[in-house]
Amino acid sequence: MSNPTETHSKETPWPLWEVFVRSSRGLSHVHAGSLHAPDAVMALRNARDLYTRRNEGVSIWVVPADAISSSDPDSKGSFFESPQGKDYRHATYYTKSEGVKHL
Amino acid sequence: MASQNLQSVPAELSPEEQERERAGQAYFDRIIAEDSRIEPRDWMPEAYRKTLLRQVSQHAHSEIIGMQPEANWISRAPSLKRKAILMAKVQDEAGHGLYLYSAAETLGQSRDKMMQDLIDGKARYSSIFNYPAVTWADMGAIGWLVDGAAICNQVPLCRASYGPYGRAMVRICKEESFHQRQGFEILLELSNGTPAQKQMAQDAVNRWYAPALMMFGPPDDDSPNSKQSMAWNIKRFSNDELRSRFVGMMVEQVRVLGLTLPDPDVRFNEETKKWEHGPLDWNEFKDVLAGKGPCNAQRMERRRQAHEDGAWVREAAAAYAAKQAQKEHAA
Repeated sequence: MSNPTETHSKETPWPLWEVFVRSSRGLSHVHAGSLHAPDAVMALRNARDLYTRRNEGVSIWVVPADAISSSDPDSKGSFFESPQGKDYRHATYYTKSEGVKHL
Repeated sequence: MASQNLQSVPAELSPEEQERERAGQAYFDRIIAEDSRIEPRDWMPEAYRKTLLRQVSQHAHSEIIGMQPEANWISRAPSLKRKAILMAKVQDEAGHGLYLYSAAETLGQSRDKMMQDLIDGKARYSSIFNYPAVTWADMGAIGWLVDGAAICNQVPLCRASYGPYGRAMVRICKEESFHQRQGFEILLELSNGTPAQKQMAQDAVNRWYAPALMMFGPPDDDSPNSKQSMAWNIKRFSNDELRSRFVGMMVEQVRVLGLTLPDPDVRFNEETKKWEHGPLDWNEFKDVLAGKGPCNAQRMERRRQAHEDGAWVREAAAAYAAKQAQKEHAA
């Protein structure tokens, strides 16, 4: 949470960053976790120390958490409704070709 | 994703709000019944949120305070190799604390507030870290017994119903097994060393055995929150169950070490098929939790000092970030 209302500290809280790590070349960046840092440079360094202590990555992205838009959890049903009942979008829907080679 | 919305329930709810609460509860119950995972922006009962926030933040504090007994030995490690290993381990504990603070934050508490609560003595952490690490052998006993007990406790937590907590635990458990093995190796080397070294290893095991068993928490009949935590799929096994399993593992491993457990009552109960141990001093456990352990004051003072000593670094970093942002804006 980057904007707490508590008055316990005179220091400005550091913003929250989401960290994405590419584990090896050829793979996409995957969300690893989050951390606090004052700016992107520090966020990258902290992410390196926090999420790649054991060679877990060859590349890191950091993204300000508040720059991420996400789907509304309350409307998950209707938002993801469209693909439901459309099994014909999967190869497994087509059973008649079973046993036919290279299909 | 760490999106946080702390939704406090108002004293009086409008009909629509009541309806939303009912729907939320039904959704939550279904997720739990399916043994699926709750994510940060899902509706959850306030008690679930509070229980998790307490557990996860205490867990984070334990990792941070847990750096101290071992950091204390970095400058006196017997070899460069051991020093490097110990530094890596203490760095891991810091990392584990940060993973867990991130998870706790998703429940609606700011990081700074949690840090401040720890420094102000308002937050609890594991009682084990209020015992002193008096010899090098304690580095072995802490790794083998304390991290061993932690792993035993934490592996089932990887399946905790709260997604961010489970994910943090997966990462932690992967890293923790190195901690236990390096501790075992320290003890094994001492045990195969001179008689004095072997005695030092045995003394350390004697010191840490009972406190490690108490890490699993009070006995089941004196652990009021356990039942609810199990119903919510946060906890998967009871304190006594995990403790018994741990004792069984240690009985095997202590033989390989050529040492003994300081407990003549350890036995396998053929009827219950469970390992049993001798009585533990739960009054001591309560005293240590209440702040009367041998190192409580020292641990808190050190944490406070470290936080204050780091203030200029945090300020400088923030000032630099502000200046850079200004420059970028001007350019």
